[in-house]
Amino acid sequence: MILDSKIPEGPLAEKWSKHKFNLKLVNPANKRKYTVIVIGSGLAGSSAAASLAELGYNVKVFCFQDSPRRAHSIAAQGGINAAKNYRNDGDSVYRLFYDTIKGGDYRAREANVHRLAEESVNIIDQCVAQGVPFAREYGGLLDNRSFGGSQVSRTFYARGQTGQQLLLGAYSALNRQINAGTVKMYNRHEMLDVVVVDGKAQGVITRNLISGEIESHAGHAVLLCTGGYGNVFYLSTNAMGSNTTAIWRAHKKGAFFGNPCYTQIHPTCIPVSGDHQSKLTLMSESLRNDGRVWVPKTQAMAEQIRKGQLKASDVKEEDRDYFLERKYPSFGNLVPRDVASRNAKEAFDDGRGVGGSGKAVYLDFSDAIRRLGKAAIEAKYGNLFDMYYQITDENPYEQPMRIYPAVHYTMGGLWVDYNLMTTIPGLYALGECNFSDHGANRLGASALMQGLADGYFVIPYTLGDYLAGIGPKPVDTTHPAFAEAKKGVEDRINKLLSLKGTKTVDEYHRELGNIMWEYCGMARNEEGLTKAIGLIQDLKKDFWQNAIVLGANEELNMSLEKANRVADFIELGELMVRDALHRRESCGGHFREESQTEEGEALRNDDEFAYVAAWQFVGEDQPEQLHKEALVYENVKLTQRSYK
Amino acid sequence: MSSFTKAFSSTLGKKLIMGLTGLFLALFLVVHLIGNLQLFKDDGGKAFNEYSYFMTHFMPIKIISYLLYASIVLHAVYALILTLGNKKARTVGYAQYNGAANSTWSSRNMGILGTILLIFIVIHMKTFWAEYHWGGLPYIKYETNLSDASDVKVTPLPYEGKQLVHSQYVDTQNGTEVVVAKDLYKIVNEAFSQPWYVALYVLSMIAMGFHLYHGFQSGFQTLGFDHSKYKPLIDFLGLWVFSIIIPALFAAMPLYFLFK
Amino acid sequence: MSSGNMNLTLKVWRQKNASDKGEFVTYKADSISPDMSFLEMLDVVNERLTKKGQDPIHFDHDCREGICGMCSLYINGRPHGPKRAITTCQLHMRSFKDGETITIEPWRATAFPVIKDLAVDRSAFDRIQQAGGYVSVNTGGVPDANEIPIPKVIADEAFNSATCIQCGACVAACKNASASLFVSAKISQLALLPQGQPERYRRAQAMVAQMDAEGFGSCTNTGACEIECPKEISLTNINRMRRDYFGAKFFKEEEIN
Ligand SMILES: Cc1cc2nc3c(=O)[nH]c(=O)nc-3n(C[C@H](O)[C@H](O)[C@H](O)COP(=O)(O)OP(=O)(O)OC[C@H]3O[C@@H](n4cnc5c(N)ncnc54)[C@H](O)[C@@H]3O)c2cc1C
Ligand code: SF4
Ligand code: FES
Repeated sequence: MILDSKIPEGPLAEKWSKHKFNLKLVNPANKRKYTVIVIGSGLAGSSAAASLAELGYNVKVFCFQDSPRRAHSIAAQGGINAAKNYRNDGDSVYRLFYDTIKGGDYRAREANVHRLAEESVNIIDQCVAQGVPFAREYGGLLDNRSFGGSQVSRTFYARGQTGQQLLLGAYSALNRQINAGTVKMYNRHEMLDVVVVDGKAQGVITRNLISGEIESHAGHAVLLCTGGYGNVFYLSTNAMGSNTTAIWRAHKKGAFFGNPCYTQIHPTCIPVSGDHQSKLTLMSESLRNDGRVWVPKTQAMAEQIRKGQLKASDVKEEDRDYFLERKYPSFGNLVPRDVASRNAKEAFDDGRGVGGSGKAVYLDFSDAIRRLGKAAIEAKYGNLFDMYYQITDENPYEQPMRIYPAVHYTMGGLWVDYNLMTTIPGLYALGECNFSDHGANRLGASALMQGLADGYFVIPYTLGDYLAGIGPKPVDTTHPAFAEAKKGVEDRINKLLSLKGTKTVDEYHRELGNIMWEYCGMARNEEGLTKAIGLIQDLKKDFWQNAIVLGANEELNMSLEKANRVADFIELGELMVRDALHRRESCGGHFREESQTEEGEALRNDDEFAYVAAWQFVGEDQPEQLHKEALVYENVKLTQRSYK
Repeated sequence: MSSFTKAFSSTLGKKLIMGLTGLFLALFLVVHLIGNLQLFKDDGGKAFNEYSYFMTHFMPIKIISYLLYASIVLHAVYALILTLGNKKARTVGYAQYNGAANSTWSSRNMGILGTILLIFIVIHMKTFWAEYHWGGLPYIKYETNLSDASDVKVTPLPYEGKQLVHSQYVDTQNGTEVVVAKDLYKIVNEAFSQPWYVALYVLSMIAMGFHLYHGFQSGFQTLGFDHSKYKPLIDFLGLWVFSIIIPALFAAMPLYFLFK
Repeated sequence: MSSGNMNLTLKVWRQKNASDKGEFVTYKADSISPDMSFLEMLDVVNERLTKKGQDPIHFDHDCREGICGMCSLYINGRPHGPKRAITTCQLHMRSFKDGETITIEPWRATAFPVIKDLAVDRSAFDRIQQAGGYVSVNTGGVPDANEIPIPKVIADEAFNSATCIQCGACVAACKNASASLFVSAKISQLALLPQGQPERYRRAQAMVAQMDAEGFGSCTNTGACEIECPKEISLTNINRMRRDYFGAKFFKEEEIN
């Protein structure tokens, strides 16, 4: 199958506006005859649902939490980019486009990224109109900051909770439509399958998480806005419920999966404190502006620290290795996320990690405190320091913080064309769950931007084109495809509920996470990846025999919910490993050990790998089929990233 | 339903009635206290009895007193309505509840405190107010020497089955100002010589102190009044004036009579 | 399996579903590490229950970093446990003593019916916001973001109100099960900002009406909500709500039903 990305013709800056003009429109009187199903109520889902409902479509929205406002977008801290150039510091749509392409290590589509940069400015206007309380300056105008090593100040923020404020904006727009009767909201519902009728997505099967009822819902199109799958690693900064189920089921129904192995690992997270750890907490990247990263120079000294015989503050200056400053003199502690993360892992691999488990490096503020005073540091980072203290019981004003990288974002996801449609007609993917605009590495503050661009400003146009094409003939759940999909879901639930083995689902999840982190994390190699495939396949077999799943379907049953999700993670894990195995280059968020420069830095291979890997499911327990969408760069020159 | 009925049937509106009546009652306390301070005068009750007459016969004050009775009733009735509503809002309670960790004892016990006060008011009004209005009260005659105000002749006129008439005139023959008034002072004196009655008073005033400790500032909040510059003043008045000084002075009266 | 040196006794409310009567069940939680979060402690207990084939204790949670507002446990007589300004998921076991008995209950309010064990239905909060917690603007066609300057103090004040995470601890803490803190925080955010002015009085009336319809109690200014609110939302919001509500009902001509 040839992947058609449907990128419009013409000069880069005109593609989107021309395309919008060329898209078919739905007659206003007909809009209410269409039903659109939206799965997910995060930034992507809420913004899409509200905007479509405003246009007049009937919308049904599903989320597994008890309220749409709890979608994981709520947790984003840092900010959202927009090329407003309010600072007069040289920002522009083109610069944002360029930075995003470069940040993504030249593995994203030019046309998509340019559209994203164009729409970024509208997002801020929209959010402000909704009453989103972005940070302001004394003059009353919006404040901006520079984020993630960017050269311009283009990040809009709302204290440390930009995600919550943006989501509350989108949620309020959604509420308005619920009140108007154009959106019907289904909380505590989990989508368990897509229904495909005559090759087109025409509905979903969901489970009511309270009553266990398996329901069929029909619609003219289905929008998946279900977020990232970082929890395949068990430990990540994602919420406990974040999962892959919706996109994985869609994948098994025919939607290709794009670049599954592209994972972002964030360098500044609070380290694991023990086996009981259930998730990891992100600490804002801004900390690296004033904190200096180091480990002891010798393994012996690190050993002493780990045993508690030596305190970090007692390590003499000459015994400290400020490895980022040493290796990257011009960027120092502000190197991009992937570089900082990888170097921390190297320190650990070298036996120089600190903290009880050794899985940590120091982020030291003592210099900054000396230079700027404690009060200044407190004003800047007080809440982060408090949070750190809450979790670790250590005072970062006195002892350096301990940080370690953690899985944070998945750039991979369902493959979509320029219209955000997957390879199943009528099935769309928006936000983090599509393979997105971030290439192999996402820039800070751009996921929020993408989710909202997709929902507010792209899908209202592109979906109309599809709907106008299929016409407003009524759809319902009587087609045999619904019964068949429903039966598939029920069978699977019954099968899960029959598992009365000896290992808990969490144990499987943790094991999967260990495999993924070990072999498919920041640094990967052929041997490890090959081994991981075997390990995962064994795990899958074992899971379906030995897991314990308790209770019944007809109740709130977290045991069943978890099992259902972990079973999908295991399958996705294998695909991620296969994708990582085939990509014999270092790019973006990950380092392929076989592909490095003489100095040990990441080496991209544009000749062989400048493409999107789109995987097709061909049958249970069979290796998936790879399709390639070549990436064509007409506007930017591909260069090797260097932060020396 | 008109806007007003709707407003007053909302939880906010019902509470507004509580707040308005409560603050009005608190304001009345000040007036009542100032008047009652006459009790401390060693003039055989003259000032107090004159004040009692004034309070019951001056038209504007009479109107206000009806408002006052209405306020007491409304305050109590709405307290009951709100309490029942609040009970319905949580039918299954907590097995372990640590309210002390997050709120003052007063604020959590306004209902009990209020009930004590209501009982007190009933007894109080029965002893004095009802007695004054309908009881067979003795009269008392004060003859003040016009040329020497400190020379007062006091003649009790015991009740003999027939109400006398309040009068005030100048007796030019004797050069005195004569006041014949209902002798409420006597009733007060008698009531406050009974230790159990004094105890009831003192306890009720303590309850009132606690009730107002929360109630006074809460009343302002209920009206929506809240200003960073004035809130401290309200809190100060609520604590010192309304929950300490006023109840203490009221409590001092029976004690004064008891130990006089 | 993780271990530590704390041994605790848990008294947990177990209730199969909304119509079940429910009861307290006592569990031993041995070898608990003080570094565990409260929810991780429950995870450990649940793992052990699962291994024994017993239904794990159900509770709501998601982000586990104090922002989604989903976690909601009433611990030893207080919502979100003994510490101020944090959610249940941010509470760590080092806040408890070895050997302690911990009582865990669900939020109790008629408007928050129990779904199972410690999980309750808080959709009333959603409905209150659906009644008017928004600025009526459609996507697109809005003015430039910098066209409306907002004084920083106002923006900051609105932000303070906007930090509410919709957890419901205010209702749980209130002896009257009043939702005033939550509702007023939502009303306040938009009442303070210029964007919220056109619908300001309509919003206050609609949201208060819905709050009452959901069966929450009446605020008597005990202030418990403010103390227990993980985001330290201030009582000032409640007074602002009252001003707007009374202002609307007594002085505005637009009527809301
Ligand atoms: C800790 C953290 C901090 C971050 N900080 C930033 C930042 O500063 N800037 C930035 O740009 N990005 C940041 N990100 C990334 C960004 O927040 C996310 O990528 C983005 O919010 C994802 O939005 P979404 O709408 O795609 O999905 P989500 O917000 O994750 O929403 C997913 C929705 O799908 C629903 N759902 C999922 N599966 C199912 C199913 N099977 N059935 C029914 N419903 C389902 C869920 O209920 C939920 O409503 C951060 C991420 C994390 C984890
Ligand atoms: S006001 Fe505070 S306690 Fe109430 S829902 Fe909001 S965050 Fe929770
Ligand atoms: S789980 Fe999200 S706030 Fe506690």
